Amino acid sequence: MKTFKKLALAAGIGALLSTTAMADGLVVGFSQIGSESGWRAAETSVTKQEAEKRGVDLKFADAQQKQENQIKALRGFIAQGVDAILIAPVVATGWDEVLGEAKDAGIPVVLLDRGIDASQDLYLTSVASDQVKEGAVAAQWLVDTVGDKPCTIVELEGTVGSSPAINRKKGFDDTIAAHANFTISRSQTGEFTRSKGKEVMEGFIKAEDGGKNICAVYAHNDDMMVGAIQAMKDAGLKPGTDILTVSIDAVPDIFSAMAAGDANATVELTPNMAGPAFDALEAFLKDGTVPEKFIITESKLYTQADDPAGEAERRKSLGY
Amino acid sequence: MKLRVQRLITPQTIALVAVLLFNWLLFPGFFSVEWKDGRLFGSLIDVLNRGAPVAILAIGMTMVIATKGVDLSVGAVMAIAGAVAATGVESGLTVWQAVPLALVAGLLCGLWNGVLVAVLDIQPIIATLVIMVAGRGIAQLITQGFIVTFNDPSLIYIGTGSALGLPMPVLIAVALLILTTLIVRRTALGLLVEAVGVNRSAARFAGISAMSLLILVYVFSGFCAAVAGIIVAADIHGADANNAGLWLELDAILAVVIGGTSLLGGRFSIPMAVLGAMIIQAMNTGILVSGFPPQFNLIVKAGIIIAILVLQSPVASRLFKRA
Amino acid sequence: MGGISMEPMLQGRGLGKVFGAHQALAGVDIDLFPGEVHALLGENGAGKSTLIKILTGAYQPDSGAVVLEGAEVAFRDPLQAQAAGIGTVYQEVNLVPNLSVAENLYLGHQPMRWGMLNKRAMHDGAREILAGYGLEIDVRAELGSFSVAVQQIVAIARAVKLSGKVLVLDEPTASLDRAEVESLFEVIAKLKARGLAVVFITHFLDQVFAIADRVTVLRNGKLVSTQAISGLSRTDVVRMMLGKDVVFAHSPVTEIGASGPALAEFKGLGRKGSVAPFDLTLHQGEVVGVAGLLGSGRTEMARLMFGVDLADTGSISLGGPLTLRSPRQAVAAGMGFCPEDRKVDGIFGELSVRENIVIALQAKLGWFKALSRDEQDDIAGRFAEALDIRAADHNMPVKLLSGGNQQKVILARWMAIDPKLLILDEPTRGIDVGAHAEIVRTINRLREDGLALLVISSELDEVVAYSSRVVVMRDRAMVAELKGADIAPQVIVQAIAAQEAP
Ligand SMILES: Nc1ncnc2c1ncn2[C@@H]1O[C@H](COP(=O)(O)OP(=O)(O)OP(=O)(O)O)[C@@H](O)[C@H]1O
Ligand SMILES: [Mg+2]
Repeated sequence: MKTFKKLALAAGIGALLSTTAMADGLVVGFSQIGSESGWRAAETSVTKQEAEKRGVDLKFADAQQKQENQIKALRGFIAQGVDAILIAPVVATGWDEVLGEAKDAGIPVVLLDRGIDASQDLYLTSVASDQVKEGAVAAQWLVDTVGDKPCTIVELEGTVGSSPAINRKKGFDDTIAAHANFTISRSQTGEFTRSKGKEVMEGFIKAEDGGKNICAVYAHNDDMMVGAIQAMKDAGLKPGTDILTVSIDAVPDIFSAMAAGDANATVELTPNMAGPAFDALEAFLKDGTVPEKFIITESKLYTQADDPAGEAERRKSLGY
Repeated sequence: MKLRVQRLITPQTIALVAVLLFNWLLFPGFFSVEWKDGRLFGSLIDVLNRGAPVAILAIGMTMVIATKGVDLSVGAVMAIAGAVAATGVESGLTVWQAVPLALVAGLLCGLWNGVLVAVLDIQPIIATLVIMVAGRGIAQLITQGFIVTFNDPSLIYIGTGSALGLPMPVLIAVALLILTTLIVRRTALGLLVEAVGVNRSAARFAGISAMSLLILVYVFSGFCAAVAGIIVAADIHGADANNAGLWLELDAILAVVIGGTSLLGGRFSIPMAVLGAMIIQAMNTGILVSGFPPQFNLIVKAGIIIAILVLQSPVASRLFKRA
Repeated sequence: MGGISMEPMLQGRGLGKVFGAHQALAGVDIDLFPGEVHALLGENGAGKSTLIKILTGAYQPDSGAVVLEGAEVAFRDPLQAQAAGIGTVYQEVNLVPNLSVAENLYLGHQPMRWGMLNKRAMHDGAREILAGYGLEIDVRAELGSFSVAVQQIVAIARAVKLSGKVLVLDEPTASLDRAEVESLFEVIAKLKARGLAVVFITHFLDQVFAIADRVTVLRNGKLVSTQAISGLSRTDVVRMMLGKDVVFAHSPVTEIGASGPALAEFKGLGRKGSVAPFDLTLHQGEVVGVAGLLGSGRTEMARLMFGVDLADTGSISLGGPLTLRSPRQAVAAGMGFCPEDRKVDGIFGELSVRENIVIALQAKLGWFKALSRDEQDDIAGRFAEALDIRAADHNMPVKLLSGGNQQKVILARWMAIDPKLLILDEPTRGIDVGAHAEIVRTINRLREDGLALLVISSELDEVVAYSSRVVVMRDRAMVAELKGADIAPQVIVQAIAAQEAP
């Protein structure tokens, strides 16, 4: 019964295919998680831009945070006989069956921005940032900027137990540990949100003698830093001057803060996961070049010297 | 006078004092308050200021719970109101237009809840779940998925300004507390709401229009949620549709319960619910200044809450009396 | 009585209980022998319910001891008492309305087969048990969908099923009709023959004389005496309960007829599936009695008149035409209604006596005209005194009052709004002889003040005593209106039973 349905679907799609096949270039299905954050929205728009640039026909499916929607979308793509599939998986488990179906149909799958718990031969490659490295880059900037002076850092962690919170903490703390003049005096979760970031920073300022002891703030994402900057200002401190700031993500608001001199540095989590993914796919489909299993995107550092005002505008247009 | 002092000694006040003293042990500077830039500064002020949104939610929630209901939508309504206010000022409205608009959004959400509960007789948990789930989606539609950052100084003043040396959110919460308590206790509303909560059928037989009262309390709860939402957005200069007010409905319910109002409806106390909100915030602030690793946050919080609720339980009060 | 030479089955020795400053029970002794039916009598608030709650583990005594078959016991809760063979139906029926009838009967003792609930056996068993009470209903239906009477029978059946030694019934017959009472008495007689001790609380003296072997009378929490029924007259019993004689005011109300001007007219009022359209005119200063069996449509009629249910035919005029969409409008027009089911539709258990009394007046005044505390105290005090409501304090939750006093509180609530028309559905249910006479007096006094009253009652003696007209309901329709000399129990019974009057 099930196979019969599939056949019928495939037959129906066959007619469709012949028209799409006429268009020059590849047909790629993209299953996006949803639009829960500005970064996610930017990733979607960058992916669409990249596809257009390369003449790829992108079939976009928004899963609205549900795995079942993603599995449905993938089955749809397989039935349509797309050339390749991009997926930003909403959870890590439960993918074996549908990825197996894609494999049987000979369709290569590329994972974007998050990994999964499944056999590695079920997908072609995964494109993601290295969260540990992001933390390390942030720490390295601080080490380079402060030099040998003693420096007390407070840290705003992400949601307890989440992988970016764990990894960004590890990368930062490990790098800082190698330099004896730095101490991390306080570390609390700001749950990745602006308002918690502000509240936690307020507490830190009170606990550290009105903030006089604090030399730098490190936040696991920019949103929390934006909140923390407000807390510092409310307490009569000058963020960016009295207290150094470094955070991760590179969203427009942190660039605005940098332009105003309230923030010092951010490490980019690039929304362009699709670029490297398409590169790998094109090479693979052309002559079978097998890409690396884990493609790591660049974790680029931006400071006040990198035209923050211009960056802010450019990024806003991406849908952050 | 002596009687008054005695009335102040309740499990809630004891709990609040205990939590504050504990904070002081962990962080000796906890009680120091200084005067800076024309306003008071200190951890104690932070507790009041950060506790204000939940306190405001708890004021509305108390009335709802007194009718044997519950309003799960308040967190999402906060997000909607914040989104409306922020998008409003960003698209050129003045504060005097954007804030009333946001309040109206809250009232409408409340009206929706009220109609589902009172007219269609849907169970409050289910009825308010609709906006709890869909509300953030609505807020995201309004903000188009961004965190809408704004710089309108008057709107920001609502969240971060101060008057009489106290932060605006605190003043708003206090004003709302006094006003609501007066209205509820000086008119017959309090008694009638309690009657509906205790026995809705008997209320009908006694000629009370339970329906309009029910709608009223949900509308009021929506209004309170909108006020809290505007404050939270103003505080961070932005409307964060995903995170504004997230899970605060649970804190608000907890505050009401700590305040001694039964989830079974009936007798209620708004001041005690506000005290409950302050206990919760004192705990949160205490955890922040204590320097405990964040992994312990929830465990510490749960432990303290259990202790408070056990102290308040009928069994404990019976033991007290016997002793 | 059954076993004269036997050991008592259950004994209370010097039992005492204090609530706050109120001594509800003091030094009460009671012996229950196997094979006897023991009636427990006393005024509202005398401590009857308190005594049996102590005997059955619902309360802990402050002094004294409970002895079961010679050994002292201390039940921590009714469950333990149940396990020891003592089944109880408390005054406030405590079943689960949203479980089925069968589930309620078997709760905690469900028949199992292979580790699974045996529904079939449960339903068959339930059907069989209830048949023993002359009740044939769908045992799979939710208990809450049945009348108070049915629920009462289910509660009794459950208690009977669980009691191996002692069965305690606290006012079980208050909401039962004659036939149901009779089948209950048959069951009790069987249990008695099996050697159980049965404790029976009631305010119906007829029933006491019909079934009891001995009576124990309480007054103000103290034991008056325990005696065999055989040597007692009604007057003796009443005197023991009240400590004085009562004269029942049986002044027939012939002359007061429909003399006053018409106050309210209900024309062709009806509702499909509930009551057939009926006409009724009430005059100032008259009491119209409503007689009929349970389920004859008498309560439904009152609900239509008060706007609880919406009529789909007919019209009302009360100082002008009136369309009722809710009781609120009825109250605004000057009506009051004491419902039949006190606990569900009447009492605000957690609220104070004072609040319960003023609530209807306050609702009528509206949200913004609040009665001050002084006004509330004044009103509550006045009506509590007028009706002799016995509460230690008007600020105590009304649920702590004895059942009969709760009933009076609801009556006080309606008197407080100074109504033109008062509908009373079983106003004397659960009310002691003294208070009973008092309520009858109150009804007469209200009538003299010019009110119109509609009183639904199963007690024909009572109906006859105060009615200037009696309407009879049968099969959800008004079938007769009796006046003058026709207002006599015999005639009413015949009208109810659908026979031609001789
Ligand atoms: N839990 C309680 N707290 C305070 N007072 C109580 C409580 N229970 C009963 N009382 C008081 O104790 C007295 C005896 O009450 P009880 O219920 O035993 O009376 P009763 O004889 O059963 O009356 P009725 O015939 O009206 O049912 C009453 O005055 C009542 O108000
Ligand atoms: Mg009783």
